Formats: sequence, structure tokens, C-alpha cells
Amino acid sequence: MTRTEPNRSRSSNSNSGDGGSGGGRTTGMRVIVPLQGVVQGRGGLFLGSVIPCAFFYFLQFYLKRNRKNDDSDNSGERNSSSSSSSSSSSSSPNSGLPDPTRSQSAGHLTELTGLPRSLSRILLSPRNSGGGAVSVSGRVNCVIKGGGDSSPYYVGQKRVEEDPYNDLGNPDGVIQLGLAQNNKLSLDDWVLENPKEAISEGLSISGIASYEPSDGLLELKMAVAGFMTEATKNSVSFDPSQLVLTSGASSAIEILSFCLADSGNAFLVPTPCSPGYDRDVKWRTGVDVIHVPCRSADNFNMSMVVLDRAFYQAKKRGVRIRGIIISNPSNPTGSLLSRENLYALLDFARERNIHIISNEVFAGSVHGEEDEFVSMAEIVDTEENIDRERVHIVYDLSKDFSFPGLRSAAIYSFNENVLSASRKLTTLSPVSSPTQHLLISAISNPKFVHRFVKTNRQRLQSIYTELVKGLKELGIECTRSNGGFYCWADMRGLISSYSEKGEIELWNKLLNIGKINVIPGSCCHCIEPGWFRICFSNLSESDVPVVMNRIRKVCETCKSQN
Amino acid sequence: MRLIVPLRGVIQGRGGLFVGSLIPCCLFYFLQLYLKRRRPPPSDPTELPRTSSLSNLFSRGNSIGRVRVSSRAVPVAKPSDSPYYIGLERVKTDPYDRITNTDGIMQLGLAESTLCFDLLQRWMSENLMDSIMQSDDGEFDISSIAMYKPFEGLLELRVAFADFMSRIMGGNVSFDPSNMVITAGGTPAMEVLAFCLADHGNAFLIPTPYYPGFDRDIKFRTGVELIPVHCRSSDNFTVTVSALEQALNQARKRGSKVSGILFSNPSNPVGNILSRETLHDILRFAQEKNIHVISDEIFAGSVYGDKEFVSMAEIAELGEFDKSRVHIIYGLSKDLSIPGFRAGLIYSFHEDVVNAAKKLMRFSSMSVPVQRILISLLSDVRFIEEYMKAHKQRIRDKHIRFVEGLKQLGIPCAESGGGLYCWVDMRSLLTSYSEKGELELFEKLLTVAKINATPGTACYCIEPGWFRCCFTALADEDIPVTMERIRQLAESSKS
Repeated sequence: MTRTEPNRSRSSNSNSGDGGSGGGRTTGMRVIVPLQGVVQGRGGLFLGSVIPCAFFYFLQFYLKRNRKNDDSDNSGERNSSSSSSSSSSSSSPNSGLPDPTRSQSAGHLTELTGLPRSLSRILLSPRNSGGGAVSVSGRVNCVIKGGGDSSPYYVGQKRVEEDPYNDLGNPDGVIQLGLAQNNKLSLDDWVLENPKEAISEGLSISGIASYEPSDGLLELKMAVAGFMTEATKNSVSFDPSQLVLTSGASSAIEILSFCLADSGNAFLVPTPCSPGYDRDVKWRTGVDVIHVPCRSADNFNMSMVVLDRAFYQAKKRGVRIRGIIISNPSNPTGSLLSRENLYALLDFARERNIHIISNEVFAGSVHGEEDEFVSMAEIVDTEENIDRERVHIVYDLSKDFSFPGLRSAAIYSFNENVLSASRKLTTLSPVSSPTQHLLISAISNPKFVHRFVKTNRQRLQSIYTELVKGLKELGIECTRSNGGFYCWADMRGLISSYSEKGEIELWNKLLNIGKINVIPGSCCHCIEPGWFRICFSNLSESDVPVVMNRIRKVCETCKSQN
Repeated sequence: MRLIVPLRGVIQGRGGLFVGSLIPCCLFYFLQLYLKRRRPPPSDPTELPRTSSLSNLFSRGNSIGRVRVSSRAVPVAKPSDSPYYIGLERVKTDPYDRITNTDGIMQLGLAESTLCFDLLQRWMSENLMDSIMQSDDGEFDISSIAMYKPFEGLLELRVAFADFMSRIMGGNVSFDPSNMVITAGGTPAMEVLAFCLADHGNAFLIPTPYYPGFDRDIKFRTGVELIPVHCRSSDNFTVTVSALEQALNQARKRGSKVSGILFSNPSNPVGNILSRETLHDILRFAQEKNIHVISDEIFAGSVYGDKEFVSMAEIAELGEFDKSRVHIIYGLSKDLSIPGFRAGLIYSFHEDVVNAAKKLMRFSSMSVPVQRILISLLSDVRFIEEYMKAHKQRIRDKHIRFVEGLKQLGIPCAESGGGLYCWVDMRSLLTSYSEKGELELFEKLLTVAKINATPGTACYCIEPGWFRCCFTALADEDIPVTMERIRQLAESSKS
């Protein structure tokens, strides 16, 4: 201040002299320039500095308030309360806060590069205003709040948990047609085939208690490779050394996303797709998912043209595509990708130099007779190394083997780098040794595996036929499903308005009036409303008429309203 | 007539130096702010036009070449250069065996215990199958183990865990099962907590020497940094608040945001137990700086000294501090010597952290059969009492034997009260008092003496010459062999 004082007096002197003489000469005309004084510096140093500063502060508060909406609620409250307190003393915005650490807060400045310096300081002060609750990391907020708990997928699961159907105990409960588990099928066989002694043999203490390789025992890898070979009808043999075991398909997909894409990159995913990708791919890895819509007119088959377009659109926006995630047999439609499709896909990936993640969790649950299941592994079996390296297969023992509680899945990759990275990452989602030994004792017997896969197929087939027949009688068509536990039902006739809202309304009716939990297409990111995923592997044949009666009831209420 | 020239005063310098500089500055700020708001968020560098064009060019030029993995996977895929992992790998190629491979490498690098396998063996052979196969009506129901269950662990298991933990911690503190999330081992528990408490680029303060595995657990995927807080032998490697304060200030000066303090208690690798006062001080410090406290208490039941173990949960429950910043990691790998079960848990007083961790458990939850085994194991109070008594007694005996042996060679150990290892002062064997000298000694131990011990460098110890030796996987008759090997090495280095 002392330095500017002489300046000020000098300029005010010159101002008065200038103004006086100017007024004398030009008496007639005077142009009014807004803020002329400030612009010409005549307004004095004080105004000239205070007005822009004040503007700047107001702008800052405005920006800060807007920014807040993205943050968590509680930090928002804290910020706004402190901003209002500091705006009242805007000349010294930091003096009201009694935190000793604020003097060190200048150290944070570099983390907000690109921000003007004083702005970042103000943003920092509320964070350090002592006494407040400690906050969690910003990225976890999307897990807590944006985790999609309000999406029908999770609402439905919750309702089933609260009030599950049981043909004897709770005949009015909600029937679970949403979650892919396989509890009515084949389980008794497993116990019959594996008497207690056989299981406990594998579970000796030295075997299960000490540290084991977290990516899976060689014995288990060999058993899994054998099981996968069996599931693909011996058309391709799997190499145990290319297998990495993880605790569940979710972590397998997460590990692959981490290894194949950097934060901010994206995968192409043809829709309708599995609802789980939103969590598995995005949550912790920061990888984005770009949906490529498929339509009912093409029977929900993806076309290379659409893929290509999506790829270029993303590229134009500056998003780097690192791969494509397909599921085969498809979740939710249950269709199988033909050999030609797979070759076309490989060509596409080669041309764009991207990875392919083939999600083959239902490979052992192919029940249709018409089409043949072709594994991506078979397609690249004859290819050169360069192309094999871009293919990664996710395989799930919990689905085919009807054992989701075991939480074991496998990554099968041809890429040495991916394999060695994921082997290390499995310490973060390992399969425990008792589980591994249980699995070994269960699936290392090839005769049992063979019979198991066969029975599993037959049972899936009979229940599927039953269900589709029943739905047809109600006028509900399904796309042809050849694999997996789902059928993809076309309920467009039942929705009141052809929109997502209409679909959710119908889903609500199915849940509340019909008391069945199905997955609406919007959860699977299907762009056409009115499609529903019905999981039939939970049902026994005697349950089918019950389900049909409930759907009929919903149909009738829909029609009466229309 | 007078010509109006915009900003004439400024241009002619008549506005004075101050205004003349302030106005353009303000305008520039406005412009910057405007531009910044129009730009995509800076946290996403790939959306910047420059990077994208670069990467597009890159992929186009490479389209016939090999497909690349992500840049963050490359360091993970590379073999580790930490002596900790090098040693572990080397042991795998040539492990010592009393009968078949007497020239093999002695494993002192892995904190596992075989001391009480006989007790576990007995329990497992009696109860294992019943524990998996049990159901309410006594008949085996496979759906009780095969079906999807809540990711955070069955309630029965959490209750059993809470009971077990308060038992081994002397009954001074009780744990609330609803604050608990069961994980598939301590490693994922650590990672999930790091993900929940810190953003990419934030940091945890961590007193050194620390467990070398933290580097992987925390840094691999979460992008959280670890800032060492150096502790010295003169304090018996106990952390002090002044050291924490200094490290925090330095970190802030460098511009990194510190989200929490991470420490293990009983400490790994030194094995000392933090006193009630130290824990108080740490929590007070954290409260002052508004940061989290993560206490890794995985060795809580492996305490053999006279010093009492105090859990951070006990300090938090006093009500003196805001407890929502306290998070505890526990697991059964060490205390029950069942690392293969991969049983761990997060105990947090912060509701958001518990909720987020529950959801993240879809990636590393414990399989249901294992949960069933653990429920019956942990609720068998008679067995647990017997086991814990034997466990502590046997570590104590082994510790005395091992430390005594080293003492006779003139090699002292740091004072310790818990853990499956001791922190050995081999400064007298160093050829040069430096990190290089230490790594030379490590190499000699590994190749000449055929002993894999973890050097202090791997634990980021600031003083060279300290080694972590795990003694609980050694049989009594292996100890003389180990001592003989060290003695020979010591003599050869002296001559």
C-alpha cells in the first residue's frame, strides 16, 4: 500500500488538471464511456483494482457453487457454508477459519494445475476447515451413490431377497427370474458322484492351509482346461499354462480391463449386454464402455458396419478404443455367434488393432440343437501369433458348474504380458485353497464331467422348451435362445407406451402384481423398449405353470387398462 | 473535440503501473476461466485433442503390428526388482528340505507359520466335512454352499469374526459385525481400503521399515502413493508424531495430497508393538490434519512379548476422537496360520467406506464353502482358546531359540513383541555401510549361505544392514543349520 500511495496522488493530480482543461475546451460534446474512469485509470487506483477484484471473487463463488453439485453431498454442504461465511469478509477470505494447517495448504497448489492460483487457494480452504468429518475418496462416491442401486436390476434382487418364492413355504413370494444361477439342476448328481470321502481327501490341512499360487494350482488348471475342452465338445484343446484363475467372472473382467486399457480408454460393447459390465469394467479401472446397439430387426446380431461406425465416432471424440467385449452365448439373448461372425470380428479387431474379450461363461450351457457353439479359442487356434495375442476369453465355473458360491472363474489368454500381469493381480482376488481343492475333486473326473455337461444340457433344454411354449400361448414371443440360462422375451405388446418409461411400468407390474422378478431390457442397455430377460435355470418344470399364471394375470391387467 | 481511444490511459501508461497491469491480468483470468469451463475435465487426459491425435496416429501406424496391452499393465507384467520377490522366487527353484535337499535355500523371507499345524490338522480332520455340509435340519443341502450369498460375508461369519477378534485382543474391545466386510485375504482388503480412502495420485504416510508387499497391494491398481516416514534404530523404529508432521509438511510442499496414515501393529518387519500413548498421538495427529488412519493388525494374535497389544479400535471407541477416520485390517493368515484360506476383513467406522467396500467385494469375496468352514472353526471356542495359547507359547519359544542363536554369533536383534519374524542387525557383516553393501550381503546370504532373508532396503529402511528373518516356518532342528550357515558367512566376510 505504501508503494502505491505516491502513484495515486500523482495520477489524481494529473486527472484534475486534465479534466479541468478538457472541460474548458470541449464544452459541446462529451461521449460517455462506461467505466471510463476505470479504463483510463482515472478512477483512481482504488476503484481500478477493487472493481475487477470484486468481479473476480463473485465469479469464483459462482464457479465454486456450480462445481459442488458434482461432489458428494456433505462436502457440498461444507463448501457452501464456508463460502457464505467467507464472502461476507471477502477482503480477507481466509481469516475467518481457524485452521493452523492452512498455511501449508499452498503445497496443494500444484495438484490443481491450470487453475489460477488464488482460485485453488479458496477451494482448498473449506477442505481443511478443521473439525469436519473426514471424507472418502472422490472416486468411491460413484460406487456408493452411482452404483445403480436404484436400477431395476438391484431393486428386483432386493425384493426377491426379502420375499423369496417357495412352492411349499411361501407360495406368494417373488419368483426369481433375474439372477443366473442354476440351483435346480444337476446339484444332486454332484453329491452322489462325490461322496464325502472324495472331497475330504483333497482337503488335508497341509494342502489347504499354506500359501498356494494365487493364480491357481496346476492340478486345478488342468482340470479346468479339461472341463472347457469338454464343454466345447472337444473341438479345441485348452492349454493349462494359459489359464489364470480368479475369484469370479467379475474380477476376471476387471483384471482384463485393467490390463488391456488405460484409464479413459474405452471398450465397445454390443447391446443388449450383461448388466454387470457397468460395474466390472468401469468402477475401479476408469475404463469406459461404449454401447453399440443391435436391433430386433437383425435378431440382435451385431453388424460390422455398426461397430465400425461406433469405432469412428469414438475416435472422432478423441476416445481411444482398446477392445471389444462380446458374450457368446450371448447374455441376455442366448444366441450363438456363428463361425462367420467370429471371423468377421477377428478381422475387425485386426484392422483396428484392438483386443477381443470373449465372455464365454455359458459355454457349457449350450442347450439348443440348431446351432453349434464355436469358441473364440477355436477360431484363433489356426491363426498366427499376432492375432492370437489379441484374444482373451473369460470362463466361469460358477455358471456352468452351477456353483456360484464357489466364486471361481478363469481368464484364458494367448498374450504373455496379459497372463503375467494378471497372475500377479490375482493376489487381489484369489481363489482360496479349500475352494481349489473342492473344485479339483469335483471336476477332475472326465467321465463325471462328460455326464454332467450332458445332463445339464438336457435339463436346460426341456425347461426352456416348456417356458417358451407357455409364453407363446400368452402371445409373448422370444428370440431363439441356444445357450445360457436366459430367454429374451418380447413384451412390446404389453407396454402402455413404447418408451423406457413404459417398460419400467410393466416391470413394476410384473414385480408387484405378478410377483416375478425379471430384468428389463433397459438394464441390459437395449435400445428398444419392451424386451425382458427371463432366467429359467432357477425353475423346475412344475414351476412353469405358476409363472405362466402370474404373467397371464399381468397381461390381463395390462389389457384391461388399455 | 476529443477522440475516445479505448484504454487510452492504460496504453499511454497514465493509469499507473498498478492499474495498467491489473486490468489485463483480470481480463486474462476471465479468459482462462472461460476456457477452462469449456474444456473437458482435466482429469481425463485422453480427451485432450493432442493426446488423442497422437494415439490415433500411433494405432494407425501400428495396425499390422502386435496389439498392445495398457501402459499401466506393463510395469505389473515385468518381473519385480525388489529383493523381497527375487528372494521368494529363488527359494521356489531350490527349497531346503531336511532330508531330500539339505543344500537348498532356507526360507526366512515368508511370514508363515507351521507351528500349530498339528492342532489345525486335528480340528480339520474332525470337523471339516461337517462344517461344509452342515445345514439347519442336519441334512446336507448343497444350496447352502453353492448359491450366491451376500458379497460382504455371511452374517454368522461376521459375528464369529467379531467374537474371535475381541478374544485375541484381550477382550478390551468389542467389534460390531455391521462395520465389518469379509474379504478374500488381507491383500484385497488393503487395496479396497486404499481405493476408498484416496484418489489417484493421493498419498498415505507410512512409517518405514514397512512390509514390502504394500507396494504391490496399494500401488498396482489404485495409483495411490506411499510416502515413507523414516524411523530409526535409536527409537527402536517406533514412529513419532514429529516425524509424521515433518513428512506431511514436506509432502504438502511437494504438492501431493496426503489422505491417511498406514501402519502395521504389531509392526511388520520390526515386530514392535505400539503403545497406547503412541496410538493416541497418531489418532490425535490424524484428527488435527483431518486424515484417515489405517491400522494393519494382522499379527494381533501373534504377540509373544510382555507388552500388551492395543487395537486402534479400542482407542477409537474411547469417544475422545472422531472414530469415522479409523479403519482396521485383519486376517487369519498369520494368527491362525491358514494363509491358503485367504481370509481377511476390513473393519471401518466410516459408513461410506463400509458400503463401498461391500459393493467392491464382488471382485474379491470369499467363497461360501470357506466361509462355512471358518464359521465352525471360529465359533469352536474351546479349540480357539487352546490354539491361541499354543500359538503364542510356540512363537515365544521359537523366538527365544532363534534370537539366542544369533546372539551367540554376535548378531543382535531389535526388541520385538509380536509377529512371526525378528529384525536382525547385521551391520557388523556389511562390507560397506550403504545400500549397496546391504544388497551384497543379501546376495551372499542367498547364494553362499543359502538363506533367504528380506533386506531392509526392500522394506525402505533408511539404515542399511537390517534384515527381516521369519522363524516360524523353521523346525527346531533347522535353527542350528541356519546359525551354522550364518556363522560361516560371518567368518568368511571377516577374513
